[in-house]
Amino acid sequence: MPPKRKNNTVINLEDVGMEVDAVSDSGSEDEARKRSKNRRTKPQRRAKRVSDDEEDEEDEDEAPRKRGRKKKAKPRDSDEDDEEDDRNVKRKGSKASRKRAAKEESDEESEDDREKKKKGGRAASKKEKEDQNKGRKGNVKKKEGKDKDGEKDKKKKNGKLNSSSSSSSDSDDESLSEGEMEALKEQVEEKKKLITTLRNKPWRMKRRLVLLKEAQEFVERFEGALGKGKGRKLYAYKVMMTKKLIKFKRDFENFKTACIPWERKIKDVESHFGSSVASYFIFLRWMYGLNLILFGLMFGLVMLPELLMGLPYGSIPRKTVPREEQPTAMDFSVLFEFSGYCQYSFLFYGFYNSERMIGVLQFRLPLSYLLVGVGIFGYSLMVVIRTMARNSNEGGDGAEEGEFTFSWKMFTSWDYLIGNPETADNKFASITTSFKESIVDEQENQKDENIHLRRFLRVLANLMILCCLGGSGYLIYFVVKRSQEFANMKTDNLSWFEKNEVEFVMSLLGLVCPPLFETIAELEDYHPRIALKWQLGRIFALFLGNLYTFLFALFDEVNAKLEREKSIKNETEWLLNQYYANYSLHFNTSDVPPPTVDPADVIRGPCWETGVGIEFVKLIVSDMQVTYLTILIGDFLRAVIVRFLNYCWCWDLEAGFPSYGEFDISGNVLGLVFNQGMIWMGAFYAPGLVGLNVLRLLSSMYYQSWAVMSCNVPHERVFKASRSNNFYMGLLLLVLFLSLLPVVYTIMTMPPSFDCGPFSGQEKMYEVVMETIEQDLPAFIGNIFTYATNPGLIMPAVLLMVLALYYLNAVSKGYQQANNDLKRKMQLARDEEKNRRNNKDSTNQVMMDLEDLLPNKSLIPPPVKEEPPPPAVVNEKGSKSPKTKPGAAGKGVNLQKDVSLAAPNPRGPVTRAPGPRGGPPGNARGPQPGRGRGRGRGGPR
Amino acid sequence: MGNKQTIFTAEQLDAYQDNPFRQRIAEAFSEDGEGNMTLEDFLDMFSVLSEMAPRDLKAYYAFKIYDFNNDDFICKADLEKTVNKLTRSELTEDEVRMVCEKVIDECDLDNDGRLSLEDFQHMIVRAPDFLSTFHIRI
Repeated sequence: MPPKRKNNTVINLEDVGMEVDAVSDSGSEDEARKRSKNRRTKPQRRAKRVSDDEEDEEDEDEAPRKRGRKKKAKPRDSDEDDEEDDRNVKRKGSKASRKRAAKEESDEESEDDREKKKKGGRAASKKEKEDQNKGRKGNVKKKEGKDKDGEKDKKKKNGKLNSSSSSSSDSDDESLSEGEMEALKEQVEEKKKLITTLRNKPWRMKRRLVLLKEAQEFVERFEGALGKGKGRKLYAYKVMMTKKLIKFKRDFENFKTACIPWERKIKDVESHFGSSVASYFIFLRWMYGLNLILFGLMFGLVMLPELLMGLPYGSIPRKTVPREEQPTAMDFSVLFEFSGYCQYSFLFYGFYNSERMIGVLQFRLPLSYLLVGVGIFGYSLMVVIRTMARNSNEGGDGAEEGEFTFSWKMFTSWDYLIGNPETADNKFASITTSFKESIVDEQENQKDENIHLRRFLRVLANLMILCCLGGSGYLIYFVVKRSQEFANMKTDNLSWFEKNEVEFVMSLLGLVCPPLFETIAELEDYHPRIALKWQLGRIFALFLGNLYTFLFALFDEVNAKLEREKSIKNETEWLLNQYYANYSLHFNTSDVPPPTVDPADVIRGPCWETGVGIEFVKLIVSDMQVTYLTILIGDFLRAVIVRFLNYCWCWDLEAGFPSYGEFDISGNVLGLVFNQGMIWMGAFYAPGLVGLNVLRLLSSMYYQSWAVMSCNVPHERVFKASRSNNFYMGLLLLVLFLSLLPVVYTIMTMPPSFDCGPFSGQEKMYEVVMETIEQDLPAFIGNIFTYATNPGLIMPAVLLMVLALYYLNAVSKGYQQANNDLKRKMQLARDEEKNRRNNKDSTNQVMMDLEDLLPNKSLIPPPVKEEPPPPAVVNEKGSKSPKTKPGAAGKGVNLQKDVSLAAPNPRGPVTRAPGPRGGPPGNARGPQPGRGRGRGRGGPR
Repeated sequence: MGNKQTIFTAEQLDAYQDNPFRQRIAEAFSEDGEGNMTLEDFLDMFSVLSEMAPRDLKAYYAFKIYDFNNDDFICKADLEKTVNKLTRSELTEDEVRMVCEKVIDECDLDNDGRLSLEDFQHMIVRAPDFLSTFHIRI
């Protein structure tokens, strides 16, 4: 709008307004003054609007200040509110009235009445709230707005003079001074601010609407006059953009959450089965991610190059199925055993050619193979350790020591955003579960027990389990020994049992021991979370035997194969020599072409690496089958039977014996961990194993989450899992280390097969690296390498690392100590605060007696007459409590002393019941040293 | 009051039927205390439950919602009702009692066995996810 026209209209309006005012309110000094104050700015027609407008201004003034104060002195606010509530009810008025002197009381009253009439429809509480608002504002105004008031008063006087002298002040309008212009601008700005912040003001809608209209009108009218109309669009645009930005951020967050795979599934499981079961699935998901990356490495750097750039299938013996195997090579039973075409495919070590560089890219496949094989370990190690470190930073073993665990659960756990019946169902379940978890924790805290008996039982249980472990260990050792003896005998005169003795014993142990351990663990009566850890550790130790036997058998096999390979190697060499000899003899030439034999007919060695790879793959597959079958039979079938046979059975199947299965956390976690160990060990010999494992994890994620949701029941004592999965990670790290050993051992010491795999023809596998350093890298790097491997350099480096380890360990211990101290202090402070607030009458009779002993007892007023606070007492009390505190002997006494000496609770139920306080926002939070009723609480915090 | 949508679809209205405190919300915001809302009450409700409403205002109304018997205190009976609504009465009586005792133990600063608004605010302003859960997006 062009400012000129605006001006005109304004003037017109004002004229009218003035006239009306003059007619209606000519007698009212009050109105006149107000009018004059806003002489230019407020063409009011009605007095009501005047009051409203002024209220507005004041609110705007207050808004930022209030917010500032909220942080610092909120409690004080409330105290003051309390104290002045009563007065303020009377003084409920606008700023103008407050600025006025006391003689104008009557005017105020009238205005007050008007306002009351206007807003008569409000709820009582609302009114109170407003009162308090105003009261607070009044205080602030009084304290902080002194200078402003002065200024305004001056203005007011001016205005008064003006208005009284000349009723029509057209001339004034023209001569707007700079200062007034500024003030006007300020007001407009304030109005604008009000419009934008109106939404987050704690007012009733009616009032908001009125205020909004007022403000909009005001801005509309004067923005033009001040030439600021342009800014508005920009401002609106800005506001819109901020909104859009917020929305975008929200959407982005949602998107990010949606990108986490299986988040919903896991949340589903968590809400019904508790965080402990969910922790397994989270671990599974983590494992899946890790395996995906490992698979990427393996596939991208080893398998793909060989497939794309290497020789095709059938070109050389190692990539061809031997003649005698060819008829059955495509049979399912053969393929299922991973021999036949599978054995001579890119899935296994033997397929890879030992050509140094392949393809147009001169890709060094053997080097890449070795580096990826080792790199998988390096990467896994790094990731596991990093995750552990991060988890331990997040900290907590699940038993959070929040002040308000239960309260927060009760009052803030329902998400009002939930708008979907299914989500709501889950939320109900999850709230119930989390309550149960907290209850278990709480019960554990409250359990008072015979500590000696408990200790004895725990020692006993550990002893028994040690016996079990030792016994099973010996059994495994014995069986393995025996099987070695059997292996030397002829296989014909061995019974079936004797052949499969090891497997039989192993699975028997795996079947019997875990439940046995669980039964023994009942003796210990640990918190289920800790019990789970113990259980995990024990079964882990048991399974180590499994691993040991497996590796033992494998090494035996490898050694046997190496023997055979040696003889075959000699044989082929002998044959080759003969061929050469014959050829040269026959054709009488020394230029002998290589023998032309079909690759399928070439005599070849057993290729022990592929054999090892096949063993691992078979193991993984059979493990998978067993796991899935167990779930299908043990959980699904059982659930079906229990569910449907229950109608026609003698006893209650659901509540009685078979019941539904519980989810076996320890077994599943350990299965996952050991499975991963197999993958790490086998990946070097069977690059395809990682891909297989990815598939396995993927399917087991869906399968198990379905099985849990459909056929299991939650644990009897749902317990909260530790927030960091560090125990699982620790087990994983151990397994990683254990599986690292054999692989590195084979790489460093075993001679690779002479006719298969990327390292054929080399003495040792690691020689690929040496070769590359010597041939492809500049000489100085070779030198550096030589120096770096010098023992003289390595020893100090190791020493340095040990020292660093020691130092860091010490530092972390120190931090932990400090952490614990701080935690204890916080707890102490909280207790103290609570005690201080507590009324002394009920609980601590001792304190009363102690108080009687004090010399200045008379000075301390009994809690009944609290309202008039003698300031002297405040000081005395404040100084007393720190003095007495150090003298107190025990902690408990100390605390209680504080109660009686420093903190008679001013709001005790004895003195007067805390009346319903229509607390507005910004109400009291905690008692603070303040005037009036706040006295006596100024003890040291 | 967030965005511009002024018409509710039937699904959206249905979607808010799952809140266990829906009756209480209506009662707390209505002027007559019986859940009959005027337009302004309704607007008030959404403004309080909007994202922009200040924490203390939200806390005040949350208190009103959880104060089932309107006596300006959250007493044990209120707490029990709350727990049962939250868990669809799946906890045993002992557990409910224990939870309520714990809540009072945690929050009741003046030892009168019930939570005043002040106690409630003292607790709720420290809650990490109160603001994020106590609001409605339209």
